[in-house]
Amino acid sequence: MKIREIASLAGAEVLACGELLDTEVFSACGSDMMSDVLAFVKDQGLLITGLVNTQVVRTAEMMDMRAILFVRNKRPTPEIIELAEKCEIVVMASPLRMFEACGLIYESGLKGTALK
Amino acid sequence: MSAPLKLHFDIDGENFTSAGEASVKVKKWLRQLGLPQDIIRRVAIAMYEGEINMVIHASGGYAEVTVFPDRIEIILCDKGPGIKDVELAMQAGYSTAPERIRSLGFGAGMGLPNMKANSDTMKINTEIGVGTTITMTVNM
Repeated sequence: MKIREIASLAGAEVLACGELLDTEVFSACGSDMMSDVLAFVKDQGLLITGLVNTQVVRTAEMMDMRAILFVRNKRPTPEIIELAEKCEIVVMASPLRMFEACGLIYESGLKGTALK
Repeated sequence: MSAPLKLHFDIDGENFTSAGEASVKVKKWLRQLGLPQDIIRRVAIAMYEGEINMVIHASGGYAEVTVFPDRIEIILCDKGPGIKDVELAMQAGYSTAPERIRSLGFGAGMGLPNMKANSDTMKINTEIGVGTTITMTVNM
């Protein structure tokens, strides 16, 4: 699924790396606990989270994830956006709650990641 | 590759925001060396979890990463409080991290299990009141 489609499904505003919206992602992980995210391994993933700090971007970078969707109207700080731009990770912010965001994206065909 | 290549990092224990910067540098370095992506990711995740642990539990320390022809070795050394019960600490979901850390997205009790899952060998030397040294290897 293209990141552009995810942004549209989640009614999200794109805050970083808008030029990469046509990148495909093949899996997603939704969590506010970064160690749970680090326990999942798949290429070109999407991270859906309500946690807002720089470690979210760093976790995504470690996992080679391509996009972060912040839910529940959480707004990433300029520092987070700057770091994401540097790491070439798309950042989006959606008013949806985690459950709804995950549900909509899952229903549209993007599946989860298998536990390693 | 003839002689082993080594990088050393001092980990600042006071700064949660900068935690993980050493792992980012290692990831870039290994990419420059042209190592396979799955190996790089395993090293990056194992070291990142270790780095976060050092900041959460041990007020920092140092990390050393060495690339040998057949493996990558990661040494994480701190002068923190030590791990009381290593077996318990290795259980997924067990954590002694305070609520403040959980609100930052860590302390889910997955750090050490993730480090073990991403390395081929992991050795923990720990002494209460003295510190902890973790040595991990990732085979190529």
